[in-house]
Amino acid sequence: MSNNYYDPSDLRKFSSITEWSEELGNKFFEYYGKVFEEGALTAREKSLIALAVAHVVKCPYCIDAYTKDGMQRGITKEEMMEAVHAGAAIESGATLVHGVQMMNKYNKLSM
Amino acid sequence: MSVTQSLKKRNNKLSETANQLELLSGGIFTNGELPTFRKKLESHGSFPLKPKQLEILQINVGYMCNQVCEHCHVDAGPDRKEIMTRETMEMCLEVIKSTGAHTLDLTGGAPEMNPDFRWFVEQASAIGVKDLIVRSNLTIILANKKYHDLPDFFKEHNIHVVSSLPHWTKDRTDKQRGEGVFDKSIEALKLLNHVGYGDPESGLILDLVYNPSGAFLPSDQKAMEQDFKKILAEKFGVHFNNLFALTNLPISRFLDFLIASENYEDYMYALVDAYNPAATEHVMCTNTLSVGWDGSLYDCDFNQMLDLKVKAPITHIRDYNEAILQNREIIISQHCFGCTAGAGSSCQGSVT
Ligand code: SF4
Ligand code: SF4
Repeated sequence: MSNNYYDPSDLRKFSSITEWSEELGNKFFEYYGKVFEEGALTAREKSLIALAVAHVVKCPYCIDAYTKDGMQRGITKEEMMEAVHAGAAIESGATLVHGVQMMNKYNKLSM
Repeated sequence: MSVTQSLKKRNNKLSETANQLELLSGGIFTNGELPTFRKKLESHGSFPLKPKQLEILQINVGYMCNQVCEHCHVDAGPDRKEIMTRETMEMCLEVIKSTGAHTLDLTGGAPEMNPDFRWFVEQASAIGVKDLIVRSNLTIILANKKYHDLPDFFKEHNIHVVSSLPHWTKDRTDKQRGEGVFDKSIEALKLLNHVGYGDPESGLILDLVYNPSGAFLPSDQKAMEQDFKKILAEKFGVHFNNLFALTNLPISRFLDFLIASENYEDYMYALVDAYNPAATEHVMCTNTLSVGWDGSLYDCDFNQMLDLKVKAPITHIRDYNEAILQNREIIISQHCFGCTAGAGSSCQGSVT
């Protein structure tokens, strides 16, 4: 076992999770595959959404996977960075909107 | 990283093909992590790989090139002196007359740099080859005054032009093919368009080859073609016929890049993971024969660059005998996983 929590080579072993729970693992991968198929959204659009979410959940495996996926699809670095900003904006917005709660509480406690 | 000399000129360890083959057979392929290409074929009942009907004769007229692309599997460049003589071209013409192959595919290096290139094209065109392909790197058209009339020359002989463009953005293209290549390629494409290439009405075919500018596999050829068509037309007013998506094979300069950038293992995993048995049925070596600059025969252009001559009693174009060659076994190694990944990859793009 490695001495780090994250090992890049673990990403390619992802499918081995089925070994300890075949049914759930297979169901997950089937669902996952279906989600990223061309649908009402294009596979390209979904790839960018996945990249933004990967940053928000801060998953290094997903960031590696969807950077590569984007490059494979010919997505440009400008598009990728804008997607990351979209994720970051929502994440910081989610923090900041709680500022209203703080203000409410502050006002309530004040004379 | 930008390269300006071939591996050979730099005395890079990988310029020795034996070292490439050793690398491709060792490591993850001997410690049991990944199956070898042979094992993979065996498990699908496809071993040994045998040629079918010969359809395409691919002739490499020399390794000299005006560019030094980072991914080049030929290790081509201005410093490469290997060049096909007219005598060898004559032998090729004799074979073209006698085989049922419908396509002649001229490649290099930059084939146009061979001093007998035009003569060869004129002769081949006079024989009446159905599909006469020239793999032109585009920038050659602008490289020197003597090449400026190439679009007209191509048109005159109804050449099917196939050219590389790894991306519609300057940075991705220039990273792979060299500083300034994107702008010059667009200019050259406009010149080809100007004489009628890429116009569906003209019958003059201009196809583009997309190969990834990095350690990743190409995605769906049709989707890429739509993106390329839309953006090249909107941004540059450039038109072309088809886009072929090619996988970079882990040999020569691309192999050197994979190792230097520590992407080799991941890339090999990706290729093996994407193994598609259906693509195996149509790999290029099953309908193509590759001729080297000195007339030697190979299963494909990649095997040529690995110095793997055909495994047959005949290994030179002067002794060409279709029946004997058809009977051979194709030489394989782990680089072949590049031809069978996903939708498959050949000089004609996806194979499935
Ligand atoms: S990839 Fe083509 S254009 Fe680039 S160096 Fe090799 S032969 Fe020349
Ligand atoms: S690399 Fe050559 S020999 Fe190997 S599968 Fe591809 S075309 Fe055939």
